Amino acid sequence: MKKKIYSKIESIAGNVISVKAEDVKYKELAEVSTAYGRSLAEVIKLDKDLVSLQVFAGGRGISTGDEVRFLGHPMQVSFSDNLLGRIFDGSGMPRDNGPELADNLISIGGPSFNPAMRIIPRNMIRTGIPMIDLFNTLVESQKLPIFSSSGEPYNELLARIALQAEVDMIILGGMGLKYDDYLFFKETLEQGGALSRSIMFIHTASDPVVESLLVPDISLAVAEKFALKGKRVLVLLTDMTNFADAMKEIAITQEQVPSNRGYPGDLYSQLASRYEKAVDIEGAGSITILGVTTMPGDDVTHPIPDNTGYITEGQYYLKGGRIEPFGSLSRLKQQVNDKTRRDHRAVMDGMIKLYASYKEALEKKSMGFSLSDWDMNLLKYGKLFEQNMMDLSVNISLEDALNKGWGILAECFTKEQTGLKSDLIEEFWPKNAR
Amino acid sequence: MKTKGKVVGVNGNMVTINVEGRVSMNEVAYISTEGKKLKSEVIRVQGADVQAQVFEITTGIGIGDEVEFSGDMLAVDLGPGLLGSVYDGLQNPLPKLAAEAGAFLERGIYIDALEAEKSWEFKPIAKVGDTVTKADYLGSVKEGIFDHKIMVPFNFFNTYKVKTIVEAGTYKIHDTIAKIEDEDGNVFDITMVFKWPVKRAIDCYAERLKPEEPMVTMVRLIDTFFPVAKGGTYCIPGPFGAGKTVLQQATSRNAAVDIVIIAACGERAGEVVETLKEFPELTDPRTGKSLMDRTVIICNTSSMPVASREASVYTAVTLAEYYRQMGLDVLLLADSTSRWAQAMREMSGRLEEIPGEEAFPAYLESSIAGFYERAGQVRLKNGAIGSVTIGGTVSPAGGNFEEPVTQATLKVVGAFHGLSRERSDARKYPAIHPIDSWSKYEGIIPEQHVGYAYKVLKRGNEVEQMMKVVGEEGTSIDDYVTYMKSEYIDAVYFQQNSFDEVDAAVGVDRQKAMFSLMLDICSATFDFSTKNEARDWFAKLRQLTLDLNSIVWDTSDYKTKQDEIFSYISSKKSSNDEEGQKLIKELEAVK
Repeated sequence: MKKKIYSKIESIAGNVISVKAEDVKYKELAEVSTAYGRSLAEVIKLDKDLVSLQVFAGGRGISTGDEVRFLGHPMQVSFSDNLLGRIFDGSGMPRDNGPELADNLISIGGPSFNPAMRIIPRNMIRTGIPMIDLFNTLVESQKLPIFSSSGEPYNELLARIALQAEVDMIILGGMGLKYDDYLFFKETLEQGGALSRSIMFIHTASDPVVESLLVPDISLAVAEKFALKGKRVLVLLTDMTNFADAMKEIAITQEQVPSNRGYPGDLYSQLASRYEKAVDIEGAGSITILGVTTMPGDDVTHPIPDNTGYITEGQYYLKGGRIEPFGSLSRLKQQVNDKTRRDHRAVMDGMIKLYASYKEALEKKSMGFSLSDWDMNLLKYGKLFEQNMMDLSVNISLEDALNKGWGILAECFTKEQTGLKSDLIEEFWPKNAR
Repeated sequence: MKTKGKVVGVNGNMVTINVEGRVSMNEVAYISTEGKKLKSEVIRVQGADVQAQVFEITTGIGIGDEVEFSGDMLAVDLGPGLLGSVYDGLQNPLPKLAAEAGAFLERGIYIDALEAEKSWEFKPIAKVGDTVTKADYLGSVKEGIFDHKIMVPFNFFNTYKVKTIVEAGTYKIHDTIAKIEDEDGNVFDITMVFKWPVKRAIDCYAERLKPEEPMVTMVRLIDTFFPVAKGGTYCIPGPFGAGKTVLQQATSRNAAVDIVIIAACGERAGEVVETLKEFPELTDPRTGKSLMDRTVIICNTSSMPVASREASVYTAVTLAEYYRQMGLDVLLLADSTSRWAQAMREMSGRLEEIPGEEAFPAYLESSIAGFYERAGQVRLKNGAIGSVTIGGTVSPAGGNFEEPVTQATLKVVGAFHGLSRERSDARKYPAIHPIDSWSKYEGIIPEQHVGYAYKVLKRGNEVEQMMKVVGEEGTSIDDYVTYMKSEYIDAVYFQQNSFDEVDAAVGVDRQKAMFSLMLDICSATFDFSTKNEARDWFAKLRQLTLDLNSIVWDTSDYKTKQDEIFSYISSKKSSNDEEGQKLIKELEAVK
């Protein structure tokens, strides 16, 4: 069906234009032709014959005489294996000089998974990062944010996970990425040989803000199709704070009543509808979501990290270039860490407890109190722990990390001091240690 | 002739409809879009235009789409077969929906809540010629371990005579089991199922009673210190990760009630899955049957449409009230009421209402009060007692209890179990804050006794605060022992290991025995020469008591351990103060 073209724009406010049109559907897509090129736009409100559209490229330069052509379908993205190794922008257009893809279109933002069909998560995802694998295991179908302040190397961490995670494919959704960061991701994935199993949907900070809103939906719609085909997909989203801020910007231009610090009242539902796409499908693949949430002012009670924390299954705190052992939590780790190695849980708990004692000893030291032998041992332990476990450049398997853990314990403490069960000590205590 | 209309506006999940004919507030309307009929509810009427919230994704709705009004308010089906079901917020059975529509929740598919083809063993109660009014029992069927009463529907407001009633036998829910006749001679067919609008409280009882009988949750801190009464209300606010949902799940397993209704409202789907998969496997110690047999799950998780999230808590409370009419004790657990309040906020925003605090609608408080007020213990017309207890979690923004939903909830509930980040970070579970929380109900242990222990606890807490300033050196040994006592109670009585099979659920008798031990410690004077000695002594006592906590109650092992503890205590105890002695005696006497 050929749709009519409208050439009288009634109003332009921010990124939202309105036209008088007939037979338009809610969320339908339109194409706006301006003097500066064409842009897609999405119907966000219908009021009798007045149709409000959100223009992806923004409202700047749109003239009241520009043409609006309705396309008769909501936002779609092409889905096929040809996507692999490709880079697109927020509206699904190629960013890598490759051909435009238009076959097998699927709609985005589809219905949610029936809770009665979900299964209890059961598979660990190995990343080679001890602070994740050993202490806060990532589980297939988990949704986890990386809470971080702005200066932290969160994108480096994400890129490493992308390279090392034992999954079938990676979908990277970038929102408001600095151009440098985009190039960094591209180069790292290329050099690491992971580009061929990756798809990137990248919105950079210089792109129109509306497009960043589409990135999670496009990434997750594609991920869902691959998961249904049996792939274990890891979706990396950075940075969800930019996504939420884009939502705020648009809500305010549309004169919606803000609820908390300017954010729209549906912030929780909006974030949840994306994160809840994480799923393990019985008899098929899975979607695991790792997002970055930079905390404005390093404040975890800010509406974005706060709402995120209520939605996700734990969080990784990135602080001082390391994944902080306190505060970081993988809520699903209990589902898998009893099936890895017999000593996994015990080493995990024991080493963290000792690290907490190390912090106390450190405090004592900085206050100038006298230190006991035990305190000295703890200080030594803490240093080794930070070097060999917490440092993000450490890249070893879970088993090696466990062995190394025993090594550190043996170097600093006697068997009894570790507080670990005797039968485990019997089996795993390094033979050459004291 | 049903009222019809046409869509004239769409904004998010709110649709404006131009109507020809009469409509009523909260009436259900179906919007025909892309060959599907999407359910919606009228939430504002303005002249010929009405605004409706759509319970589905609104993508694709266009101007001019046909709308059909049902004439009924949003209602649920009440009848045998509800127990063990898993519904969405609009009472669609989710497992059947999956069988019909696949793994994703396709919109516009609505399935009957109750199995129409299932047969039930019906036994008549009423006889021909009996005079009956709404909610009177006509008969009963066996639903699991319960006698599910078949009642005169609650919307039959007159007095009726039973004209016919079927004999005992096997019937399906839509079979007519009785005919009743009103004073004007109109005859009505009664089946085993009828509809009731969710936003209207069911009030077919003789009187509402003051909630006095404790509802045992098997959590020591709750039952002893911050008890909940049958028919009462309580709330659990807490920041994320403090263990709200874990506490609710434990309560749903262990609570000493007949029926548990879980409303998973706007939270993670993964959490519901654990309940879904585990409950059928777990046995209810009271009945020996699967826990699922006494449970109904209303599951409208965070990514499901927000309007049905708003409806889901009403659906849940309506089912609870229905079973109360059979003289049963029902517990409704709503997790989380904040998500429900946010759903109201979203709709209010779309209606462009003048916002209240944090953009919540001005009617937030009255809506919350209205919901919790549907709890209550009641005496039915036949003299039987039934109750609905409501426990709701609250997820305050930033973990700050000063926000509107927590505050509005605190005004209307009878008990407050505030979870603290501090305690959960220190892995002290359940993370209910022992100083900030409160309850207005009478628990399993008399108030006076609890008060005595509480005093020691508070004093210990003060000493702890003081010690942070003056250090251990500046604290007197008496104060230090008080502090040790409060730490001991915290470790062995407040904290409960939910991973330990025995410690996870503690019965009333055991709590009383343990509490008498606590009183003994609280009121005792000990001979310690140094603080180190006191610390070491209490550390050992704590270890012994923790061991006791994981031994099965009333076994010889338990007695041996208990005796060991008693003799250990008497090794250092010189006396008990007078008040303590009196209280312990009283407690023993009650036993």
